[in-house]
Amino acid sequence: MSSEAIFSVKVKRKRPLETLGFGLIAAVALGVAALVVYFVIYILARGIPALNIRFLTTAENPILETIGIFPSIVNTLYIIFFSLLISVPIGVGGAVYLSEYATDRRVADAIEFAAEVLSGIPSILYGVFGYVFFCLALGMGVSLLSGSLTLSVMALPVIMRTTQEALRTVPKAYREGALGLGAGKWRIIRTILLPCSLKGVLTGMILATGRMVGESAALLLVAGGSAMYMPRGTVFNQMAASGSTLSVELYRYAYSRGDNSTAFGIAAVLIIISGALNLTVRFMAGRLGKA
Amino acid sequence: MTSSAAADAAKEGFSIRQRRRSGQALEGAMHCVFLVCGLSAVASVAFICIHVAVSGWPIIAKYGLDFLLGQSWNPGNSQFGVLPMITASVAATAAAMVVALPSGVLAAVFLAKIAPDRVSAVLRTFVDLLSGIPSVVYGLLGAILIVPKIFKIQSAAGLPAGGSLLAAAIMLAIMILPTIISVSETALRAVPKQYEDASLALGATKLQCVFKTTIPAAKSGITAGMALGIGRAAGEAMAVMMVAGNAAIMPSLLKPARLLTASIPIEWAYSSGVHREALYGIGLVLFVFIMALNITVRRIMKKGAGQGE
Repeated sequence: MSSEAIFSVKVKRKRPLETLGFGLIAAVALGVAALVVYFVIYILARGIPALNIRFLTTAENPILETIGIFPSIVNTLYIIFFSLLISVPIGVGGAVYLSEYATDRRVADAIEFAAEVLSGIPSILYGVFGYVFFCLALGMGVSLLSGSLTLSVMALPVIMRTTQEALRTVPKAYREGALGLGAGKWRIIRTILLPCSLKGVLTGMILATGRMVGESAALLLVAGGSAMYMPRGTVFNQMAASGSTLSVELYRYAYSRGDNSTAFGIAAVLIIISGALNLTVRFMAGRLGKA
Repeated sequence: MTSSAAADAAKEGFSIRQRRRSGQALEGAMHCVFLVCGLSAVASVAFICIHVAVSGWPIIAKYGLDFLLGQSWNPGNSQFGVLPMITASVAATAAAMVVALPSGVLAAVFLAKIAPDRVSAVLRTFVDLLSGIPSVVYGLLGAILIVPKIFKIQSAAGLPAGGSLLAAAIMLAIMILPTIISVSETALRAVPKQYEDASLALGATKLQCVFKTTIPAAKSGITAGMALGIGRAAGEAMAVMMVAGNAAIMPSLLKPARLLTASIPIEWAYSSGVHREALYGIGLVLFVFIMALNITVRRIMKKGAGQGE
């Protein structure tokens, strides 16, 4: 009897406000998703028609009036490679220090705060800093090298954070077991901790790559230039010269030259790369979760 | 240190000691290497501080308050007043926040508290995609999709059609959504279940529980998300530059506006001398703002962590 009464109360009280409130919340969340889908489809729909073999494998040719983005693809790869070459060892090392060595809370706090600050600095400021420091003070000029060095500072906190998270998931028993067997700290790091946190490091590398692919403001100042010519000479010649990456090239086509179809072509390439990197991270996170 | 080497070493106690000593030297060296790696983050921040400050200071020393509070920016006449740009940046960031904060928090509530796990996993992928779109691509989308829609409002108001502060604000609102959503979601998930159970047991409806218990309990995390969003919005250069019209005049919603950050990439290529110093000065202003914001976020986060314990 009493349970029926409670039941009937429940049925009687329809709460229009509740339904409306939850409806609104769901609508906002789905609205965000719809926006993303719309953006991605719009970019792909306008960009994919511009993509073809010549677009992807040649340089722009003003005489034949053909457009190609191959030089900026190469520039992008160079910058990513050299930035990671610098930021991965340092970032991983910093993360190892924080999780394995740091006994002085103040030093650890300083490093963690510095990493937070680095990840909060806007890219245009990295551009100003990179120009003043790498291009002028160190005399590297506006070049891909300056660009790589600037981006490696940007990538540092990303790699540190993911590596630190991965190191945190290594069970304490592994460390204690190895210590008990007489291994020193460096031996434990080399043979146990780094192999165990490899996926974290890779995740950091992919996230950092994603950021570098989309980077434009900083590179416009420190690597600048155009990407008119096919790459020639050695890697070192290339690195010493200025050149634009895909994102910078997109900006030049869209903003300076008003060529929207080429801009959307590059945008489609960027979105495809960004989506692929995103999926890879997700896939790895899934594997990591199972392991 | 292979086992045979260890056996060899065991034959003579003397060499064990030697080995231990070299091992200790290696340990010490590696400790130093890792410390240097860690400190390189601190050194980077220090280098950035020094170089941005040293390069930005001359213009402020020369123009003083005329730089910060001057209303006209005209490099040709050596007039470098950044007030219109600061105002435009503040206005655009505030307008973006008014839209992005409530919608971001509501979306986060949906992800953290309402949607089934599978649905929120899918939605989170979308949010990640949104944050992975490069800012130049946002700029392109804004210039093609948003700016022309504002033309109609502008012509109704009798203004010339073009980029506007409104377009920049809309752009920024979309760009900071992912930051606000993901930080708020983490904060909402961290709210202890007991709080919600208690609130429901006291007769709160689910909606009341969300708005009167869960969101207030996650306040410090949401505030941190807001501050991070402000930092992102204030520092964004390329996307706003491609939609804002870039006239350095005191801002008005439907008129073209020049945001602080946009001046640097726009005028960089053809600036030199005092003009370039003025751009460095803009960098310094931006840097001081971002650092203040960072320190605030850290305070909030620490306070939040203290409350959780």
